[in-house]
Amino acid sequence: MKKVTLQLETLSCPACAAKVQAVLKKSKGVKESEVLFNSSRVKVSYDAEVINLEEIKGKISKLGYSTLSAREE
Amino acid sequence: MSKKGSIILGTPLVLLSFILYKTVGYHLVTIILMLATALLAGGPIIYRALVALRYRVIGIDLLVSIAVVGALAIGEFWEAAAVTYLFMLGDYLESRTLEKSRSSIKSLMALAPETARVREGANEIIVSPQELKRGMSVVIKPGERIAADGVVIEGSAYLDQSSLTGESEPVHKEVGDEVFSGTLITNGYLVIEALKVGEESTFAKIIHLVEEAQDAKAPTQKFIERFSKYYTPAIIAIALITYLITKDIRMALTLLVIGCPGALVISVPVSIVAAIGTSAKLGILLKGGEMVEKLGKVDVTAFDKTGTLTQGKPTVTTIKGYGMEMDELLRLSAIGETYSEHPLGQAIIDAAQERGLLSEQLPEDVDHIQGQGLTFSLEGERYLIGNRALLESHQIDLSVVMEDLARESHLRRSVVLVASAKEVLGLIAISDQVRAEAGEVITQLRSLGVKKSVMLTGDNRATAQAVAEYLNLDEFKAELMPGDKVDEVKQLQSEYGKVALIGDGINDAPSLATADVGIAIAGAGNDVAMESADVVLLGEKLSPLIDAIKLSRLAVANMQQNIFFALAVAAFLLVGVLMGGVTLSVGMLVHELSVLLVILNAVRLMRYAKGKKKTII
Repeated sequence: MKKVTLQLETLSCPACAAKVQAVLKKSKGVKESEVLFNSSRVKVSYDAEVINLEEIKGKISKLGYSTLSAREE
Repeated sequence: MSKKGSIILGTPLVLLSFILYKTVGYHLVTIILMLATALLAGGPIIYRALVALRYRVIGIDLLVSIAVVGALAIGEFWEAAAVTYLFMLGDYLESRTLEKSRSSIKSLMALAPETARVREGANEIIVSPQELKRGMSVVIKPGERIAADGVVIEGSAYLDQSSLTGESEPVHKEVGDEVFSGTLITNGYLVIEALKVGEESTFAKIIHLVEEAQDAKAPTQKFIERFSKYYTPAIIAIALITYLITKDIRMALTLLVIGCPGALVISVPVSIVAAIGTSAKLGILLKGGEMVEKLGKVDVTAFDKTGTLTQGKPTVTTIKGYGMEMDELLRLSAIGETYSEHPLGQAIIDAAQERGLLSEQLPEDVDHIQGQGLTFSLEGERYLIGNRALLESHQIDLSVVMEDLARESHLRRSVVLVASAKEVLGLIAISDQVRAEAGEVITQLRSLGVKKSVMLTGDNRATAQAVAEYLNLDEFKAELMPGDKVDEVKQLQSEYGKVALIGDGINDAPSLATADVGIAIAGAGNDVAMESADVVLLGEKLSPLIDAIKLSRLAVANMQQNIFFALAVAAFLLVGVLMGGVTLSVGMLVHELSVLLVILNAVRLMRYAKGKKKTII
């Protein structure tokens, strides 16, 4: 199990944050996810054998938000 | 294409479309331009809506997408172009203004030093703060920020600790003093031994707590989020029903656009983040939206005494000699107390040091007498320092001090008597002084409409009463055990409502947890208090309590204004659509403007810190 915190570009509406959250929740391999609207961050813990960091970033960028930096724990 | 790029390209397109639309009408060129705008601005919206839909997530993107496709289908090219362009522009402007509302926290983070100067033997090497280790000697020069928490081992300096505590007066630090990371040396220089580095340092912890706090949701926000979850699908259903009943496709599509709950869902988080960021600049940590809401509605403020209303440090208030000079009396007493660990002894040593009377002479044959004081010899003379009982047990005549003793004990001060083997030499009175700003804080709380200010203390009744009377408190409870304090807080809650308890966060943890808002004072460096309290006043002063309450109230009012405004605009638009007259593009324009206004209203909260800074300087 891996944990990562992604810094996204400014999330401009809470609904967008909810959308990112919902998509992550339904992604295979993502165990837990939390989208922080005010700090525009996403905390994800995921199973590295099912999904990788690039795939997670890809899913978020398809929703319109690019990842500025990622910090693994 | 970047969002900014789309806007740079989209703006002339939409303007040209509008001009042609008004002059030549739906000409082929006009239509092509409008389609290009709709594609440029609307393409990404539709794409994102489809991606989200694959995960069965229905969002604002979907509402707008349906509206655009619908508008194109019925030949309303201008509406399609305008709606997508406005949505894109609105989104961009909103994220820019949102950044402003969050800028206080960013500017706080920018204060983290980027380099540190480490002394290694005779050399100084520059390292990044991440490379610092416990025990390293760090050199800090004027204009530099300290990169680790530590203790001064060389030099002396004035520090600006405002980044941490919000207090702008410079603080003097010398060998043996504790310093915090993130604070600035204004003049002098220091060498410190690093004790807490990186994530462990006070500054890093504060940043971390502020970051956590800004996303800790307020109850109102949770409610609105639950509400908006059903809101968007409901809007689609309503639009569909409207179409089925009226067969008016324009009205149905417009409903979709004005149904976006943008202003409402952003109303609370944006006020909260502005309030938390602004308070952090003033040395106040508000741990999340819930605490902002609670503190804004507080009915009773309960204070711990020692270290909260008082300085928590006994100091000498009176020195009186009987046939002996004051200075000589203090010098002699300080020598006698050299090895004493009693707080009163420490107060005497501090007083001697302040007056430059600390001598290097040492007492001989020191004899501590439990509960009474001590006796010692100096240059062949035997001396006594202690209470009345000590002197009485040595058969010393007390008649000369009786009057002074009575006066001092009436003033609830502790009295230390000094005597030779034969007679009384002098009297030193010591008390834990009330904080200079405490009276003003209590007065201000009253004028803010806080129903009651009470003191809860474990100290004895006489001392408590003196402080309570001096500060004009509404009530006080003395001689309380920690468990009693919890009961007192519960009692206050049932009688008056929301209770804020202010303490030093060390020995009042259970009652801090019981109170609706637990507030810790002097939090910087006190990890337990920083972690456990709901609100932390980082500095040593009590006065930021007033700012914390004022700012929370402003934030609560700000949220209410935002919610009211958002709902009013939605209602106004709804009536407008049903009466006719509000088109797709007008609906979108008003909607986006309302979101922007809500954000700008929250940004207004940040002026509180600016006004504050001016009055300090």
